Formats: sequence, structure tokens, C-alpha cells
Amino acid sequence: MKRHAAITEPRWIRYLLIGISILFLISFLITPLILIFVKAFEGGIGLYLKAFVEPEALAAMRLTALVVCIAVPLNTIFGLCASWAITKFEFRGKGFLLTLIDLPFTVSPVISGLIFVLLFSDKSWLGGIFYNLGIQIIFSTPGIVMVTTFVTFPFVARELIPLMQSQGIEEEEAALTLGATGWQTFWRVSLPNIKWGLMYGIILCTARAVGEFGAVSVVSGHIRGLTNTMPLHIEILYNEYNFTAAFAVSSLMVFGALVTLLIKHYIEWRMKGEKRL
Amino acid sequence: MSIIIQNVSKAFGDVDVLKDLSFEVKTGELIALLGPSGSGKTTLLRSIAGLEVIDSGNILFHGDDTKDKTVQERQVGFVFQHYALFKHMTVFENVAFGLRVRDKKSRPSESEIERKVHELLQLVQLDYLGKRYPSQLSGGQRQRIALARALAIEPQLLLLDEPFGALDAKVRKELRKWLRRLHDELHITSVFVTHDVEEALEVADRIVIMNEGRIEQIGTPEEVYHHCANAFVYQFIGNVNLFHGRVEDKVAHFGNVSVSLPETSEQETKDTVFYVRPHDLDIHHSAPDSTAFKAKIDHVHLAGPVVRVDLTSEWGDPVHVEITQDYYLSMTFQKGMDVFVSPKDGRLFMQDYSI
Repeated sequence: MKRHAAITEPRWIRYLLIGISILFLISFLITPLILIFVKAFEGGIGLYLKAFVEPEALAAMRLTALVVCIAVPLNTIFGLCASWAITKFEFRGKGFLLTLIDLPFTVSPVISGLIFVLLFSDKSWLGGIFYNLGIQIIFSTPGIVMVTTFVTFPFVARELIPLMQSQGIEEEEAALTLGATGWQTFWRVSLPNIKWGLMYGIILCTARAVGEFGAVSVVSGHIRGLTNTMPLHIEILYNEYNFTAAFAVSSLMVFGALVTLLIKHYIEWRMKGEKRL
Repeated sequence: MSIIIQNVSKAFGDVDVLKDLSFEVKTGELIALLGPSGSGKTTLLRSIAGLEVIDSGNILFHGDDTKDKTVQERQVGFVFQHYALFKHMTVFENVAFGLRVRDKKSRPSESEIERKVHELLQLVQLDYLGKRYPSQLSGGQRQRIALARALAIEPQLLLLDEPFGALDAKVRKELRKWLRRLHDELHITSVFVTHDVEEALEVADRIVIMNEGRIEQIGTPEEVYHHCANAFVYQFIGNVNLFHGRVEDKVAHFGNVSVSLPETSEQETKDTVFYVRPHDLDIHHSAPDSTAFKAKIDHVHLAGPVVRVDLTSEWGDPVHVEITQDYYLSMTFQKGMDVFVSPKDGRLFMQDYSI
């Protein structure tokens, strides 16, 4: 769009700002990304692929997949319930609930991990109960799933609440007057209205669940082939100076992140399209 | 279907929005709930639909209490002010919604649904829009689709919440004429909420005028227009001039004007307000009788079917008068001129009546 000189900045300022942004992106984002792939393929494609067939690498990928498969659906359901409650009903303590939802964003993941260690260690009251039942939580898969769920739980709710607030409840009321049950109203009216927002939240939640390091690191115990997720596995490989393998696994995660970005971009484009209608 | 509203009350927190309301809607009637914003008319309409729960009293459909009936069971057609069409469905699917959500036993076949939807779309004269999405329609078209959708469930009662409130003036006028014709065709008992006096007077069989959760007057458009029950209705139903004065010994005093009131039963001295519509005032060059008072012309508005004249009375109150174009031309009134104003008609309300 061509704009009049009077309402825009001089040319040199524009080019300077654009130049700084591009320089920054190249040095801090694009170069490292390329370097990851360069490093990963340094030893040739054979060595690159070998990094994935290691039993420990496979176990880490399996564990990460398992954690995502539990944490993301849980947070999707939680996010739907919370945003539904906050936007469709009036009740006391609404503001407090909203603040609580933000808590995992404000607390450092390491501290989140430590809280779970305190809660569920063998010597704590709650951990003792599980210990007597023969269930180990800390330094085991349940603990990793729990902290990941905790750290990622605001994503879906935070995405849905503003969307649902802007939509109001008139369409739901209309569905009720037309004879629809609560369940039918949810599936036929509410859910289609928020589907892109929900997808967006799930994508962000998944990306974070895959990549979470700090909190998981605290509760995992780093047991090879058992409690190492992909980020933890990368750290171990790196500490052992096995750079090629470390960067190979990293490149897989980067690839995943890029795909996520693409999906996110597509969803944003769809949401914008829907708003314009 | 007839509706009986019996002693209905409702509060939101500390605020009483409906205060012991009672009235009746006869089968096939078109009723307007008219009132300023905050008068409780929308709350009453939503209570009839079952979207709000009343605190006390009864709402009877056909003589049966609706207390334990859910929104779905009441089977009322409800039209929302902002249409509330389902954004992600086509016009066709919007209208078909009420038929598709029925349980298996009573759900019509696909071909039956199709026939019914097209019939309704033809009724609202928008059959050619079936494949469009609500966002592709104008406001007036959306509201007609919303009406077709509400009619799809074959309601015994149609409730409309400010149905034309979000439309521009011209479309509003067309649509309300159309609603009246539609009602004459279908004869569904209907209640609509409006704050537009003209709309209520033109469309409704009877009007329920509400204010602060109470009913001020119920009557046909002619009754409420010509026989206002009280000062509130008189002021709400049209433009009005207020003259504050006192009644003493059966004589009312307003500024320098005195009017004897031989029929009043008031014995003691009381404050009073005289209400006169702008078209019930005349302007003269000389005083025609003892009820005339002096005034100065501030402004003359010539655009429109009548001439509107703004004046200031000799005791400093603003006065608004409407005269015909012909009369204005024959009398040659001008800005700044001193003239006499006299009332042809008006109503006296004692001041202890709170408005």
C-alpha cells in the first residue's frame, strides 16, 4: 500500500528498522537453525540416522510421545471446562480462577518441578500414600506426565477464554429455544464456533509439552532408557561430547517445531478468514 | 396459545427488575412490551421463554403452569435482537436446525426437512439465499432468516426481542409492516419487545407499557395514545411540554396564567404539572384568551411536514410548538419575535404522582 509521505517515516528510518530486524533474526534465529542441521549431518547421513535407532533415543522418543498423548488431551478437556465455566456462567471467584490458570506461566518451570518433588517424594505425606500402594511418581513416568501437564495447562484455556467471551451466549440460547439439548448445543453450535481457537491452543500446548525441559529435568532423575524425554536425551548426548547425535535428535525436534509453525500459521489464517466473514 | 402472567417478580441481586406483574395475552394476539431501557421488558420476555427463572408468581401457557418446564419443553419461537444465527451454518442449515435436533422418533425425513425449510424460506421471501452464510446477508435478511428458523419448530408462541432494534430506520419500517402482515397470515400468538413508540403503535394489537419493572398501562394503540393512564405514559408516548404550577382553591396557577378547575376534588394546596403536546399549542400575535402567555421565539425549524418552533416563556421555561406550514406562512412569525402561546388541549397530573 502506498502511503503519503506526511503520515509515514522517512525512507532511511524505515530501512534502518527493517535492517535491524532482519540482522537480528539472521544472527539469533536462522544461523543457529542452519547450524543445527549442518552439525547433525557432519558425520554423513549414516551417522545421522544411527542417532535415531539407538535404543536410548527410541525410548526417549517413545516417552515424549506418551507424555504428549496424556498431557495434551487432559489440558484440552481442562481448557474447555475452564473457559466454558468462566465465559458462560457468573460465579464468585472468577477472577481468582483466571489468575490461577496463569500461574504456570509466571512460575519458573524448575520451581514447578521442585514443587512436585516436594509433593510426591517418598517422605512427603502424599508421596507416602502412593509409595505404600507401590506407585512411584517422582523419577518415573507419572511424575513427568504430571509436571508437563502442569506447565502446559494454560495454553488451551488462555486461547479459548477471550474467543468465547467475544462470542457471548446468544447462539447457545437460540439453540436451546429450538429444542436442542445441552449436548447437542455443545457439539453443533459451541464447538464449531471455537474449533480454530481450540486447534491453535492444542498446537501451542503440544509444542510446549514436547520441548519442556526444566520441570521435567527436576522430576525425571535422568534414568537412561526409562525417564529421559527427548530434550533430556539431547542434554545427555551433548554432555558426553556426542555432538553429532545430539544435533541429530535436535534436528528432529526443530523439524517438528517448523511443522508446528506451519500448522499454526494455517490456523491463524483460517481464524482470520472466519472473523472477516 | 394464551399466556397468563400472574404476579411475576424477579430480582437480579439487589435490583428488582420485575415487580408483581400480571396480564394476559389472548390466543392469536400480537402484543408489544413497550418501555424505556431498564424497564424490565426484555427480562419478562426471556422469563416467558424460560431463558430466565422468575423468583415468584406464575406464567401459564394455555392455563398450564410452566414452572417446571425447560426452555426446550416450552417450544416457543424466540427471535433475538442480534439475530443469533449460527455463523458456521448455511441459511438452509440454520432454518433446519430445530428439525434436525429432534429425537429419532419425531425427526422428519431428509426430504421432509428440505420441503419444510424451502417452504419457510419462501414465507420470508428469501428462498434464493439458502446456500449463503449469515455473514453474507444484510441485517434485514438476517432477521427474516432468524424468524424463519424460529417458525421451523411450529411454535405456539412467538417471542421477539427488539427484533428491528439493530436495523436502520428505513429497513425497520419495511420490516415491521411485513411482520404485521405475516402475523395476520399465521395468527401465532406473538409478544415483541420494543422501545420504539411508533413501532408499537403501528404493529401491535395491544401494548403493555412498562417502566421500572411495573406495568403503567395496557391497551390498544388508540387507547394508550389518546387516553394516557398517567404522567409517565403521557411523557413516554410522545413529545410533551411541562408547565409546573400549583393548585389552590380549585384554581391552577402557572406563571401568570390561572385556570379554574371546577371539577377537581383536591382541597389542599398542591404542586401540579400541566402536560401539553407540541401540536396542542397555538401561537398568536395577540392574546386570544386568558390562558395565553407571552413567549419569545428562539428558533424556527422549517424542514419537515410541520414547522417546529422553539420559544422561551415569559417566566423562562423552554416551550416547543408544532404548527402547520400553511399557518406559519400566513402568520409570518420570525426569530426574536414576542408572541402569545395558548393551549388547545392538555393533561393535568398532580405532583405527588411520581414519574
